Amino acid sequence: MSAVTVRDVFKSYAGAPVLERVNLEVADGDFCAIVGASGCGKSTFLRMLLAQELPTRGRIHIGEARPAREPGPDRGVVFQRYSVFPHLSVRDNLILPVSFRDAPILGRLFGSALRKAEAEATATLERVGLAHVADAWPSQLSGGMQQRLAIAQALVRRPRVLLLDEPFGALDPGTRLSMHDFLLDLWRESGMTIFMVSHDLSEAFKLGTRVVVFDKPRWDPQDPSRYGATITHDFRLGDKKGETSNDQTHEPDRETAAAAIRDADAARPGGNPTAPSS
Amino acid sequence: MRWINRRPGRPLLFVLAALPFVLTLLAYVVGSDIRRTANPNDKLLPALEKVIDRAQALASEPDRRSGEVLLWKDTAASLQRLAIGVTCAATIGVAFGLLIGLFPLARSTLASYVAVLSLIPPLALLPVLFLVFGLGETAKIVLIAVGITPFLIRDLGQRVLEIPLEQLVKAQTLGASSWQIVTRVALPQLAPRLIQAVRLSLGPAWLFLIASEAIAAQAGLGYRIFLVRRYLAMDIIIPYVLWITVLAFLIDWSLRLTSRRAFRWAHVEGESL
Repeated sequence: MSAVTVRDVFKSYAGAPVLERVNLEVADGDFCAIVGASGCGKSTFLRMLLAQELPTRGRIHIGEARPAREPGPDRGVVFQRYSVFPHLSVRDNLILPVSFRDAPILGRLFGSALRKAEAEATATLERVGLAHVADAWPSQLSGGMQQRLAIAQALVRRPRVLLLDEPFGALDPGTRLSMHDFLLDLWRESGMTIFMVSHDLSEAFKLGTRVVVFDKPRWDPQDPSRYGATITHDFRLGDKKGETSNDQTHEPDRETAAAAIRDADAARPGGNPTAPSS
Repeated sequence: MRWINRRPGRPLLFVLAALPFVLTLLAYVVGSDIRRTANPNDKLLPALEKVIDRAQALASEPDRRSGEVLLWKDTAASLQRLAIGVTCAATIGVAFGLLIGLFPLARSTLASYVAVLSLIPPLALLPVLFLVFGLGETAKIVLIAVGITPFLIRDLGQRVLEIPLEQLVKAQTLGASSWQIVTRVALPQLAPRLIQAVRLSLGPAWLFLIASEAIAAQAGLGYRIFLVRRYLAMDIIIPYVLWITVLAFLIDWSLRLTSRRAFRWAHVEGESL
């Protein structure tokens, strides 16, 4: 069964196309990594999956539901920054989603409902290794801890799809590696569908069961904004429910993706074709 | 060592901070001395002792006619007007700030209207307010509220707009309604900003208070100053001005303390105001 169906999606800003003819079907439980050169519309695509923005044409379905017109609890999200609420303690950040669901007028829980939510939040914090900072403010946490809190918070309402917009982009390499394990564990446990925008190819190939590359298939050197980007490569890396697959297996795919992104970067105005590739 | 890198040690810090105050006092004493040498009955710069005596009398001795201690009576009247006016303005400011900051439909309707309103000089409206509300308390309170509300609305609306879009989107994906976003996301984050904005608007609020008291009142700090001005009673005016300064300082200090106590999350990262 498809968790997410994207049909013929076009997106343009003030007449300038950003994305064109995007088609994608992602199965339930897939981990779909989205990569591409900067400015290729991958974040725009994620915002449309989120229903924060609507496609100019085309439809995006989550499951069998009708296309959403605004963000809702069927999709969770973690951004690179500002993903948790600074005025709430770490524990209250996890109670808030329950309050939204169960207290439509007051937005606050009391009595036994509050105690139950607190117990659940404490259990979650223990699982994600934040129990010792339950009463701190988010700004007192390190970047990695903040992102772990943001992911835990996004999962409280059990969304069908989890959307990650460069969630580890601001973290140092060591923290990033431990966040990869953390995310993979959560993903295997919950069996949910994940979309992750990343500018790091090795991260995408390490985590994804599927890697899609956004790029501009047509290019007008006189008018670079003439055509939009679309999905040019779609790598299915198979099941990763067991151990993390051997990185070497997908070396040819990775090379293809790296070449596509390199070419796109070089062709951009101001891009340097002789720049050494990473 | 460059001057931009020279920092005072603790003792020097106190000396430097006290220096302008001491110099001002010294300038007064010397000026007063010079004038009183020329004319022992000079009223413009009375001797320091005389000012202190008079201040003590104002704060302790009942007035011969009314039997009330003038300083406390005036202080109570002024602070009551200030408190009611600022509270009204803050309430309106928060409500409209949230509307303008969060709801595009309200923003389109109100933003430019409030911007135009804020350009009207409030003091130019003072005669109108006295005509409409009479010479009682209402006109003075309304002048304070009218004077600072447009600033508060614009400032608080801007603060709400500065809440990162990511937070508002995240709240929606956690299932929040517009109302819940207002009450659990925007309003709590606006509270410390409100205290900041009120602190900034207290200066203008005092200005409008004293201006309205100067024109028509039976009591009040501004009323007293403008009343005794006719007799050139500098020995009353100076203690009153200093007292207003102390009050303003105490209000500002307690607001800052309230913000630090009640909204510790907003002061985690070493911002000090």
